Amino acid sequence: MQDAIKPRDVNDVAEAVASAAAGEKRLELIGRGSKRELGRAVQTDATLDLSALSGITLYEPEELVLSARAATPISEIEKALEERKQELAFEPMDYGPLLNKARGEGTIGGAIAAGLSGPRRIKVGSARDFMLGVSAVSGRGEIFKAGGRVVKNVTGYDLPRLLAGSWGTLAVMTDITLKVLPRAEDCATVLLFGASDSHANEAMSAAMGSSCEVSAAAHLPQWPADNVAELDAPGKSVTALRLEGVPQSVAYRKTKLQELLRPFGALGSLDATKSRAFWKSIRDVAPFADRTERTVWKISTTPSLAPGIAAGINAATGAHYYYDWAGGLLWLEMPGDKPEENAVRTTLAGRGHATLIRASAAARASAEVFEPLDPVRAAISQRLKSSFDPKGVLNPGRIYAEG
Amino acid sequence: MVAMPAPDTSVLSRREAIVSALREIVPGEGVIANDVAMRPYESDGLTAYRQLPMVVVLPETTEQVSKILSYCYENSIKVVPRGAGTSLSGGALPLADGVLLGMGKFNKVLEIDYPNRAVVAQPGVTNLGITKAVEGSGFYYAPDPSSQIACTIGGNVAENSGGVHCLKYGLTTNNVLGVEMVLMTGEIVRFGGKHLDAEGYDFLSLIIGSEGLLGVVTEVTVRILKKPETARALLVGFPTSEAAGDCVAKIIGAGIIPGGMEMMDKPAIHAAEAFVHAGYPLDVEALLIVELDGPEAECNHLIESVSAIAKGCGAVTLRASTSEEERLKFWAGRKAAFPAVGRISPDYYCMDGTIPRAKLPLVLSRMRELSEKYGLLVANVFHAGDGNLHPLILYDANKEGELERAENFGSDILRLCVEVGGVLTGEHGVGVEKRDLMPSMFNKTDLDQQLRVKCAFDDKGLLNPGKVFPELHRCAEMGRMHVHGGKTAFPDLPRF
Ligand SMILES: Cc1cc2nc3c(=O)[nH]c(=O)nc-3n(C[C@H](O)[C@H](O)[C@@H](O)COP(=O)(O)OP(=O)(O)OC[C@H]3O[C@@H](n4cnc5c(N)ncnc54)[C@H](O)[C@@H]3O)c2cc1C
Ligand SMILES: Cc1cc2nc3c(=O)[nH]c(=O)nc-3n(C[C@H](O)[C@H](O)[C@H](O)COP(=O)(O)OP(=O)(O)OC[C@H]3O[C@@H](n4cnc5c(N)ncnc54)[C@H](O)[C@@H]3O)c2cc1C
Repeated sequence: MQDAIKPRDVNDVAEAVASAAAGEKRLELIGRGSKRELGRAVQTDATLDLSALSGITLYEPEELVLSARAATPISEIEKALEERKQELAFEPMDYGPLLNKARGEGTIGGAIAAGLSGPRRIKVGSARDFMLGVSAVSGRGEIFKAGGRVVKNVTGYDLPRLLAGSWGTLAVMTDITLKVLPRAEDCATVLLFGASDSHANEAMSAAMGSSCEVSAAAHLPQWPADNVAELDAPGKSVTALRLEGVPQSVAYRKTKLQELLRPFGALGSLDATKSRAFWKSIRDVAPFADRTERTVWKISTTPSLAPGIAAGINAATGAHYYYDWAGGLLWLEMPGDKPEENAVRTTLAGRGHATLIRASAAARASAEVFEPLDPVRAAISQRLKSSFDPKGVLNPGRIYAEG
Repeated sequence: MVAMPAPDTSVLSRREAIVSALREIVPGEGVIANDVAMRPYESDGLTAYRQLPMVVVLPETTEQVSKILSYCYENSIKVVPRGAGTSLSGGALPLADGVLLGMGKFNKVLEIDYPNRAVVAQPGVTNLGITKAVEGSGFYYAPDPSSQIACTIGGNVAENSGGVHCLKYGLTTNNVLGVEMVLMTGEIVRFGGKHLDAEGYDFLSLIIGSEGLLGVVTEVTVRILKKPETARALLVGFPTSEAAGDCVAKIIGAGIIPGGMEMMDKPAIHAAEAFVHAGYPLDVEALLIVELDGPEAECNHLIESVSAIAKGCGAVTLRASTSEEERLKFWAGRKAAFPAVGRISPDYYCMDGTIPRAKLPLVLSRMRELSEKYGLLVANVFHAGDGNLHPLILYDANKEGELERAENFGSDILRLCVEVGGVLTGEHGVGVEKRDLMPSMFNKTDLDQQLRVKCAFDDKGLLNPGKVFPELHRCAEMGRMHVHGGKTAFPDLPRF
């Protein structure tokens, strides 16, 4: 067992980190550990268990702002928002099902540190687009704040946004202030059946380029479409487009979107209840959740390039896959437990980035989990890391071996 | 007035050699060294500050930018990037011993990619230029600063500019997908692209809003959106600003995010009406313009909901636009508010704080007290949806001491914004103007962390010095770590 330090408040965090820095020790940050199997395995001297830093500290629905301590469970935040018909619009995914863990255990700090976002990413942005302010402890053990509690703010560098997606390697976030949004009153999903990948890509592009305000667009080849409960084993590929808003608007746009998609093939739809369940499955990668021994990759790329990339990786490895973000996000499930890194990275060839999401510890140790950087970016990443954490105390090696 | 760093005499004494070295890199008329020709570059939109640069360089290619910066890096010469020079915070103010790097010749739209809804443009393309390039196909670029005819996308990236529609569609930072940038060392680097999210750290978040202090942007990839089918606006007058503020809160509380929601106070309403005759009511204390956009059915439904809320909040006048012409007329007064105020006063000073919206009545009443104290009038236009205030302080620069009084009045307003939980600047940037107010919002540790980030990009502090940070330190000094020993709170810690 490693030493575990459980700070009670921000001052404890600062003291723990400062002591670690003074003693050249390294710390692994844990919200509640739900995404521990993600990223590179870290070699540290102790864990910094942040779970005591929990609770919502400010929520003003009419100002669209919420502040919480970093280890507040997402589920607690979502519950508070739901009572006022609001939500975290970036739809943070729940890695629980994919990583063979319990659902609903993630913390807001973990979601922000991992830069999570769901299908609505293409319309409203990701976690970082909702970050307004932060209090944190740098790797120097110093408490600092950045940003504020208002949306319009250009005072100083946007460090709150930077910390989103930094995997706890720059600073320990202790308090987070987020922009929240009203929940859509109504939603519906239009389905297109039997389109090939490239046809589906065109259909999604046409829908996104229309005034229908599509808030999510995914395409599933027959497998895994047959593995998604809400689709009732369609026996063919399914392209899904979500519409959200006031009922009058959703109804009107649904008709319009159906007209637009008719030339692409047979159409269907999901009602509000089924829509919500379906997009949660897409968000949480439910289609690949059941066979936990298999390797899962995530690729972010230019939407129109995705079908070629998917076909290339499929030809080399036999991987199953589906598209979210109108093609810009590819989830791939390898047929076995080998990472197949070479096939993935050579096919992608720098046209975006690939992240190893689910893999055995051995695979994660042998493969590059995150997309390797060119020398200029690698050097500036290293300098950025040092500017926050000169002694390499925080999550060393979580993103890249050297940092 | 805020003081700029003292010029480095050893650099000034090498001026001739520097100019000829730059001419080797940028031939022809791309290097300007005579005072008359440099005059147009001596200030930006913050005209109270003026300074001729040592030399102006107008490169045309990324390679030239790279060579200029690496030459300046090796020779320890300061560089100030400039777009169109519309900054209202002095971000593009030249330095006497610095190279002014004008990006105006980078004025081409490089690629329009409709299938992926992206445009790749050089940084000197104007904000409106991007929309113009795609509007034929029904698309637009969402952030719309009032200066959009003139300001450049590179300047927008540097300032993280907003506009009246950013309540619903976001600021620059929410609409930029990637940049190509040259570091002070001359190294060329790309962050982002047409794909979403970054591999590794999200450098885009740092670069957008960095006020030209981290690198020179040489290419920008933005996302474009399809134009909404319809837009309608409501013009609502209230007897008090409290009632107007209450209405804004209730609209958002009801789950409605309008495309735009702007407020004007009485002096601003009168100035605007006298200038453009938009048909604004003159007997109200506050005027709201609420714009709803989307399909017609949605607009009509929301116009009704918002009208009902406004009546419930005591609106005394209420008009909904019934034609595109009328909608544009509602906006005409608001869009012309700055020049309108310019007509009633020899000079005005535009402030840019943001406050939590609920504090509006308090802030307006404190502002009235300050107005009396300084003996200067103030007119307010307000991005009401997101709490971004633009108080316009009226003064006359020809009257002894009025500029100074206006500046002090402005500083008091910004401190007030911070005091009520807001921030010093919502969209115009810190620049020179608000540099020395930074300590009212951030303590030394906060600012030191930001300075260390700056050091990761520009270790010699050559890029746009004298802006944003009240004190300059050597990067080597910033990097040092002071180990504080002492007792620890954890039983585990002694093992460390
Ligand atoms: C001590 C402990 C107790 C647990 N108890 C239970 C239990 O009672 N019931 C149960 O079902 N499950 C329990 N679990 C499992 C846990 O529920 C899940 O693993 C999950 O909740 C953790 O999600 P997370 O969002 O905190 O992400 P994490 O996996 O903790 O974090 C994701 C990433 O973000 C970083 N990070 C997290 N927080 C911050 C921050 N504040 N600042 C900067 N970076 C940060 C991390 O370093 C990591 O890189 C426990 C796990 C642990 C380690
Ligand atoms: C009448 C008026 C109305 C305005 N309305 C708004 C508004 O509604 N919303 C709003 O947000 N702003 C507004 N502004 C402010 C201003 O227009 C914006 O800040 C704009 O983005 C500045 O762009 P620019 O091209 O003029 O940049 P400049 O003024 O030339 O430079 C601004 C800053 O950007 C840096 N910079 C410029 N180009 C580059 C580059 N290529 N690489 C790196 N750094 C660079 C400069 O060093 C400087 O720090 C207004 C200004 C005026 C005069």
